[in-house]
Amino acid sequence: MREITLSQAVNEAIAEEMRRDETVFLLGEDVAEAGTPFKVLSGLVEEFGTERVIDTPIAEPGFMGIAVGAAMTGARPIVDLMFGDFIFLIMDQLCNQAAKTHYMSGGKLNVPLVLRTNLGATRRSAAQHSQSLQALVAHIPGLKVAMPSSAYEAKGLMKSAIRDNNPVVIFEDKLMYQDKAEVPEEEYLIPFGVGNVKRKGRDITLIATSSMVQVAEKAADILSAEGIEAEVIDPRTIVPLDEDLLIESVKKTSRAIVIDEGHQSYGVTSEIASRLNEKAFYHLDAPVTRMGAMDVPVPFSPALEDLTVPTPETVAAKARLLCGGELIDAA
Amino acid sequence: MAKSAKTPKGKTNAEDYLQMYRQMVRIRTFEDTANQLYLSAKMPGLTHMYSGEEAVAVGICEALTDDDKITSTHRGHGHCVAKGANFKEMFCELLGKEEGYCRGKGGSMHIADQSHGNLGANAIVGGSMGIATGSALRAKLQGKDDVTVCFFGDGATAQGLLYEVMNMAALWNLPVIYACENNGYSEYTKTEEIAAGSITARAEAFGIEAFKVDGQDVLAVNDLTQKLVARCRKGEGPFFIELETYRYHGHHVGDINREYYRTKDEEKDWKTNRDPIIRFRSWLVSEGIATDEDIDAMNAEIEQDAAQAVAYAEAAAYPDGSEVTQHVYAD
Ligand SMILES: Cc1ncc(C[n+]2csc(CCOP(=O)(O)OP(=O)(O)O)c2C)c(N)n1
Repeated sequence: MREITLSQAVNEAIAEEMRRDETVFLLGEDVAEAGTPFKVLSGLVEEFGTERVIDTPIAEPGFMGIAVGAAMTGARPIVDLMFGDFIFLIMDQLCNQAAKTHYMSGGKLNVPLVLRTNLGATRRSAAQHSQSLQALVAHIPGLKVAMPSSAYEAKGLMKSAIRDNNPVVIFEDKLMYQDKAEVPEEEYLIPFGVGNVKRKGRDITLIATSSMVQVAEKAADILSAEGIEAEVIDPRTIVPLDEDLLIESVKKTSRAIVIDEGHQSYGVTSEIASRLNEKAFYHLDAPVTRMGAMDVPVPFSPALEDLTVPTPETVAAKARLLCGGELIDAA
Repeated sequence: MAKSAKTPKGKTNAEDYLQMYRQMVRIRTFEDTANQLYLSAKMPGLTHMYSGEEAVAVGICEALTDDDKITSTHRGHGHCVAKGANFKEMFCELLGKEEGYCRGKGGSMHIADQSHGNLGANAIVGGSMGIATGSALRAKLQGKDDVTVCFFGDGATAQGLLYEVMNMAALWNLPVIYACENNGYSEYTKTEEIAAGSITARAEAFGIEAFKVDGQDVLAVNDLTQKLVARCRKGEGPFFIELETYRYHGHHVGDINREYYRTKDEEKDWKTNRDPIIRFRSWLVSEGIATDEDIDAMNAEIEQDAAQAVAYAEAAAYPDGSEVTQHVYAD
């Protein structure tokens, strides 16, 4: 099968959906001729014109609000938010307006919009350009949250997001735009709430999101050489979450580590770990363990930044302890 | 040359003119050196060059004392140098070293220099408008006569925050000067495409006196700023200045192929006909303030200073790993 980059996969997904549905349009800073700083949207303006690929001023709350209004009245906007960190600017429009409208209107109004943005550290971008804010958004009822882990997922999830009748936030990892994966030529969609078993194993379950899936897979390789077989699961969307798949796996392996690049405290990992504790407690041989980014603003210096995120080695080390019967941090 | 607090900054004599020239060359030299560091892959992350805009930072900052505050932008090296920072700590910061102004935690886009009243660069466009206005409110509440200058770009005028804080600054007569560096572009888009109407009229709508000045003319900038700073100290603020200027490099160091949004001819025209340093140099010589030899000697000395600072920074130590969790909270 052909291989394309994550960037091309996103571009293709959007182009296909714009051809299929003329109510879909794009909105954001330098999305047209520049095709975004990451060049993900290059070429779309040539095909669809500036009426459907719209450059905005640097006014995030403004264009987010405009997208909400357009979505409520019959369009399907895709908002491009250059960095996930800028989510803080648009919180009112996203969380008070977009997320609540369907509920508050008794189901009479829909807000079918997609917010495309990114996450991830280790680009030496410092604290205001390195955050992974998926937990912040996932906390708000009414929003769906997708976290593609490869070009294949990026395309299938984007197409589902555009067709969804709810506000969906998609986080792409900045470091993965050039990563290639097999992506079929023919159309496919990845439904929300359906996780993916990336690797089968019997000893421990590694549940990982976005680029942490690669980290978990590398950790599984390290562990496998030592005779520990890890199962690696990618939930693909964290809202909705494919809880059944996770519980089933943990029932089989009886151990789990949850890995996500957001800050560890009050994060995605905490939520998934609690659900496993609540629903699979009697199947567990060890506490479900979490690994997220350190609870510090991301530092600029490479000497410090690399310490802040989980790596294959740190994941493998933790898995080794759990499988060795050590109850981490338990009194 | 260290500036002592409270030195009156009347720019009328030869020494002051030479100081302004010197500071402009220091910025240009700093930027050329930083660009080299980036291109030779010695500098982590990415950076935004200030070359071309030197007369803005210098004309304004030379009208300020160390007690006066500034807030800076993602294009912040020029403001930092102009406000009195040292090359050594600046290069250490750019390379993520422990001796950097921010101990390697901030990097190019977050440099701050408390000792000279620089409250910091900001990677969020418009992110410092509230901070600058708050600093001015503090001065007023505490009966201090320091003034705060808020630097931001034309692109940043699209941020709603500016209008919220200008309203309050005007209502409360705060000693703040909003300095809009209009370099003609907001990332990859011309200013005309992102700013409706006149920029100065926006400030005037709040009853704020607004000025437009040639940002390539350091004396004109300095003259105006001196007057406005004096008036701010008497409680007549706030003020707004639009400075017409130009950035020589791309939006950031990676923005090399930029012909789709701005022509080589245009760049050449600004560089040869409107360069603030070339222009001021010939004025200094024609007025008999300095000879070409004096100036060449000064330039050479600055270059040497930069080379030494870089060598120092390259050899300097990275912060210890234990620093990663330091400074999340103040003691
Ligand atoms: C809130 C926010 N939105 C978008 C960006 C991305 N960005 C960084 S600089 C920039 C352009 C800023 O233009 P302008 O204010 O004119 O300053 P200039 O770069 O011209 O100095 C953009 C869009 C950002 N850093 N912060």
